Amino acid sequence: MRGQEAREQAERKAVMATLAQSSGADIVRLWNEAGLPSEAELLRGPETGLVTVRGRIGGGGAPFNVGEATVTRATVRLASGQVGHCYALGRDREKARLAAIADALWQDPARRGEVETRLVAPLRAAQDEAREKRRAETAATKVDFFTMVRGED
Amino acid sequence: MYVAVKGGEAAIANAHALLADRRRGDRSVPALRLDQIVEQLALGVDRVMSEGSLYDRELAALAIVQARGDMIEAIFLVRAYRTTLPRFGYTKAIDTGAMLVERRVSATYKDLPGGQLLGPTFDYTHRLLDPELAAGGDVTEPLQRASEAEAMPRVSAILAREGLIEPDGDMPGDHVPGDITREPLEFPMARDIRLQALSRGDEGFLLALGYSTQRGYARNHPFVGEVRIGEVELELDVPELPFAVPLSSVRVTECQMVNQFKGSAKAPPQFTRGYGLVFGQSERKAMAMALCDRALRATEFGEDVVAAAQDEEFVISHSDNVQATGFVEHLKLPHYVDFQAELDLVRRMRAEHDARENADMLEEKKEAAE
Repeated sequence: MRGQEAREQAERKAVMATLAQSSGADIVRLWNEAGLPSEAELLRGPETGLVTVRGRIGGGGAPFNVGEATVTRATVRLASGQVGHCYALGRDREKARLAAIADALWQDPARRGEVETRLVAPLRAAQDEAREKRRAETAATKVDFFTMVRGED
Repeated sequence: MYVAVKGGEAAIANAHALLADRRRGDRSVPALRLDQIVEQLALGVDRVMSEGSLYDRELAALAIVQARGDMIEAIFLVRAYRTTLPRFGYTKAIDTGAMLVERRVSATYKDLPGGQLLGPTFDYTHRLLDPELAAGGDVTEPLQRASEAEAMPRVSAILAREGLIEPDGDMPGDHVPGDITREPLEFPMARDIRLQALSRGDEGFLLALGYSTQRGYARNHPFVGEVRIGEVELELDVPELPFAVPLSSVRVTECQMVNQFKGSAKAPPQFTRGYGLVFGQSERKAMAMALCDRALRATEFGEDVVAAAQDEEFVISHSDNVQATGFVEHLKLPHYVDFQAELDLVRRMRAEHDARENADMLEEKKEAAE
């Protein structure tokens, strides 16, 4: 049971990560294509605020404050009772509201598959592709050193 | 007698209307869109985010347009905007070791895990103006090279294996990171607070101080152990969720400066370190920050404090360009009453001075006559 709970939390977190990384326009487009319900009771927000970003001294030492970033959050409740949350960088309120609804829908076993396949999977695939492209472009700038042999022996 | 005056309302309103007109410029030239600034003046946007201490590209782009490209004015606008928003909390500390790296170079190790990745750099360009850019020609897609995702440990971890370098900076176990946006500056300050101030500090000021250390004012033999630029994920602990909520990622630049240190009464010979971490892509700022961080640790290593870059109160009190510009630029606002008082004072002193001189002259004449 513990293991299953932890796995489910990890999956839910991964869904939230994918949604937070996505643009509002992409979420709206897939949302409409999938015909997901976009109505829910707003319990909080959507509202924009700040988080203070922390780094670590020397990269791995004690934490220190680097600066702030804008974050928009929303909390919704579905008619079926599930409560969903979203926190995402930026100031896109509609994105935060839809992502919170997606989080709530995902918690409904009857809806989870639909959210995963119609919304999260395409977003995740696009993000993976973009990340791989970035990595490959950077890799093309890797320095290959070669040794110049000089002298007699 | 002091008589209060007011006026200038119409002049101010008209001046602001004129500013709006000049900001827009020639109407036959298309107006800039924010996405153009975000995409094509990205490093300017990064500077505003770093020194404005607010990670939000669109807001930084808006600030740049509103400020007509005056970076310090744009930074001022962003700082002012920040104060209008509530704070949701402090993120978990970012892990730069897990960065999606876009550039990573080391000047101390040729072969290191993950390699030297030049990324989108100005280094090795010839600094020749490119007329083709003015013509707005097409740009080819960059090359790609298939590669296994390779771990890229921080260079400091490699040196640490030999025990010849000091560890990442630790603070006492119960230390809560200080926050200069919440508490006033107090000297001497802990290193974590200094780093927060340096990270939002003025690039030009830190660059000049870093340069001064290289030229011999608090020389500390620096090497760039590593500079890396890329995206790191942010997570926030919130009460409503049983796990840290992922917020998406930000681009940062990190610099590990490695400094030769001959040892002192307080520490054996080893490499010491300076650290730089800033929002966006700005290795000049991150490197300057790391040089200043190391110089400001002089007392920690028992070094003599002899140069400006080592003087914590001097550096940190003057590194914030919004404060600096506020105090310098306020001088142009009306000081009519202050100046009137000074004028009266100088007139009085001059009259007393002249009276004294006349008296002395009379005295001398009298003595000469006798």
